Amino acid sequence: MLRYIMKRFLMMIPVILGITFIIFAIMNFTPGDPAKLILGEEATAEDVAKLRTELGLDDPFLVRFARYVINAVQGDFGTSYRNRQPVFNEIFDRFPTTFKVAFFGILIAVFIGVPIGILSAVKQYSIIDTISTIGAMLLTAMPGFFVGMLLILLFALKLNILPATGISSWKHFVLPSLAVASVTMATFIRMTRSTMLEVIRQDYVRTARAKGASESRIVFRHCLRNALLPIITVIGMNFAHQLGGTVMIEAVFAIPGLGSHMVTAVRQKDTPVVMASIIFVAVVAGLMNLLVDILYTYIDPRVKTQYTKG
Amino acid sequence: MMSEPILKIENLHVIYKTDESTVYAVNGVDLELFSGETLGLVGETGAGKTTTALSIMRLLPDKIGKVVHGSITLEGTDVLTATEADMRLLRGSTVSMIFQDPMTSLNPTITVGNQIGEVLYLHRPGISHADIEAGVDNILEMVGIPAGRKNDYPHQFSGGMKQRIVIAIALACEPKLLLADEPTTALDVTIQAQVLEMMNELKDKLDTSMILITHDLGVVAQTCDKVAIMYAGEIVEYGTAEDVFNGKNKHPYTKGLFGSIPDFTKKAYRLSPIEGLMPDPTDLPAGCKFHDRCPYCMDICRTQNAPAIREGSHMIRCHLMAAGGKGEAWE
Amino acid sequence: MSTAGKAKRRKRSQLSLIWFRFRKNKLAMLGLIIFLMMIFMAAYVSIFGDYEKAITMDMPNKLQTPSAAHLFGTDQFGRDILMRMMFGARISLSVGLLTMVLSLVVGSLIGAAAGYYGGKVDNLLMRIMDVFLAIPSTLLAISIVAALGQGMFNLLLATAVSQIPAFARVVRSAILTVKGQDYIEAARACGMRGGRIILRHILPNAMGPIIVQATLNIARTILGISSLSFVGLGISPPTPEWGSMLSEGKTMMRYYPHLILIPGAAIALAVMSLNLIGDGLRDALDPRLKN
Repeated sequence: MLRYIMKRFLMMIPVILGITFIIFAIMNFTPGDPAKLILGEEATAEDVAKLRTELGLDDPFLVRFARYVINAVQGDFGTSYRNRQPVFNEIFDRFPTTFKVAFFGILIAVFIGVPIGILSAVKQYSIIDTISTIGAMLLTAMPGFFVGMLLILLFALKLNILPATGISSWKHFVLPSLAVASVTMATFIRMTRSTMLEVIRQDYVRTARAKGASESRIVFRHCLRNALLPIITVIGMNFAHQLGGTVMIEAVFAIPGLGSHMVTAVRQKDTPVVMASIIFVAVVAGLMNLLVDILYTYIDPRVKTQYTKG
Repeated sequence: MMSEPILKIENLHVIYKTDESTVYAVNGVDLELFSGETLGLVGETGAGKTTTALSIMRLLPDKIGKVVHGSITLEGTDVLTATEADMRLLRGSTVSMIFQDPMTSLNPTITVGNQIGEVLYLHRPGISHADIEAGVDNILEMVGIPAGRKNDYPHQFSGGMKQRIVIAIALACEPKLLLADEPTTALDVTIQAQVLEMMNELKDKLDTSMILITHDLGVVAQTCDKVAIMYAGEIVEYGTAEDVFNGKNKHPYTKGLFGSIPDFTKKAYRLSPIEGLMPDPTDLPAGCKFHDRCPYCMDICRTQNAPAIREGSHMIRCHLMAAGGKGEAWE
Repeated sequence: MSTAGKAKRRKRSQLSLIWFRFRKNKLAMLGLIIFLMMIFMAAYVSIFGDYEKAITMDMPNKLQTPSAAHLFGTDQFGRDILMRMMFGARISLSVGLLTMVLSLVVGSLIGAAAGYYGGKVDNLLMRIMDVFLAIPSTLLAISIVAALGQGMFNLLLATAVSQIPAFARVVRSAILTVKGQDYIEAARACGMRGGRIILRHILPNAMGPIIVQATLNIARTILGISSLSFVGLGISPPTPEWGSMLSEGKTMMRYYPHLILIPGAAIALAVMSLNLIGDGLRDALDPRLKN
């Protein structure tokens, strides 16, 4: 098992390196001079030229890329062009906020979406199924930030029971989490329904029926665990995605999260911040996938055998 | 004096109805089975054998499969009108079913011990945990698997072993009737014989009646007391094994089935398989359903359903028999 | 009848069977009708109104609630919201379609090469696709727009890049399924070359999943464009675009909720109709997958 985890860590390296390269290349094309950005508009040409040499900005692209990677491996991801602070300071400052929104959002989505999906599959073609299918369809079609605006309109502006923007109390997290939950919930409903329907058709479920097991026993004891694998994958993927910070939802609720941080950095050509944030997000996503895979082994004995062997 | 049969099926009609078509799977089947008997249900794929068995369990695919006509009486219970709760009590205890493919018939996330124990738990109200464990050990030993392996998962067993476990599940509550749907088809030939022999022994030991669904006439000859030959949802020939294998008359389809088996005692240059395919079950022909493949087809066969002609325990559904049995085309 | 004729007839009857199944799916038909109406609206909106009117300010008439003259009211610059919404359809649908075509072509080529040649080519190409998939799509699009500058074409490019891996995967797996089948072996035995086999034999058979993916991708692109415009990186005002309409309406939504409800509903309708069509097509193409 430990060997498997190690192997997975090693497999993450080339992906992260690839991401680093792509983003580095894109940022390289972005117009604007970082030296000017640091020194301000009034800086003299000599000062700018001096700083450019200092930062190594005049070196060829590949040299700069190699230097970045070598430094990064040693833990030095550079300093922000904006505030000259180490890039991870602000990332770590903002991550807890993003994490809270993502975590509560996913939590709500799981606790509402998965049961609805199960019910919808078990009572296929019933009224419950139709309503939940249509509901999921509507939610998938609405952009998260639009749902966010509707929530603000209803709960903050009309009913005046929850704050619309900011992060100063737990109440502030309710609406953003609901907005995050809305879209992911739709995915969970659809996913749970279709995997459950697939599992219900399996031969071993017929065997359970032939034993005389009741419907609820069949659903909870025989189907759920088998359906859990793909559901957990989707939950993990969505969680990882949300941990990167959703730019639009952060914009709607004025949340100082990772997403808005990255957008600001991209627009300001603050390359070190962009690089570090994206690498951070990619690592978090990779770890999340690994976590999901480890969870698999506790759910499906077949996966466990496979891993302990290899 | 015969006692009451364990199973009595009368004039059973089953259809599968989807948006696009209606499949006439079973078209008027009559069957009787007495305690301890083994009935071989023989026919090609799609002849309605499995559908008949699923109807007895009342496990036809939800919303698609439907019994449109007829009755099934199992141990005095009218299966088609019983409540779902009553049916659940019957399933697994009075009647059990072994499905075709052992690879997919076991739940991959539950230990085999728990899967066998579940039947005991469901049908022996108030049974203690220790008794369930003991029961599982006992039945595992009976099917030839060391009890020590009960905590393993299905994927850790071979195909033959899995089928033994499926059989263990089916027999755990000592059912009156066992429905075995091609229990050995998915297994290696060498293992087929072993599993079949084991099933027979257990069946005799537990005094269970059995319907053995198969398309292997060799298996039928070895194990069955009675044989029903199914074609396009009908039983075209029915009788004791002696009647069907050695009787003086045969349904042309049965003859064809025998012709498809290599007989090493005769010097023959080629097998004589039945020409053509089974009719499309969504669009069955008028008259005798076998007429377009029948080498002895007469005009009447194309328009009128074949009558069931009985001679003692032997039934043949064929116009030829009605026309005097040994017409010139017959032999 | 010749064999070719028979094959053709079977092909046609299969198409009509797909259409038959699709037509029986009420939700899918609803989606198709909504989508066709949107296309019609986008194509012929100029008949109903003048584009100039949709972008020029008319301050005396600002923030009107729905009336006979302005069916959906006007925005804070006095522009008719209905007109802006209809012209917005033109942008969303055309960018959506073009993005789909672009990512479809590039993605299919990559997927086809990976699936057909297999081995090292497959490994290399698919790892590159994995890298692209690992970058959050909004962020990738934002970086590309930032690098290339704002504008319709750059936006198109930016959204297309993040959609390429999905197509590559679909095409690759479709090809892997078809590849092992006998008629491909037969074609190869007849001396057909790789590229020709892909074009003549494999792609037509992989068409089903590709079409489904394409439909769903237009929906995703429409969402993506509106998101980018919403944070000010997509289509810039005064061009009518649903996302930027939402962004503009945001400040006023307390008193004039119709400013956001109309463009939001337009996005939702467009995306939903495409999702319905996509799901319906998938079921019609392969009824076994139907739930």
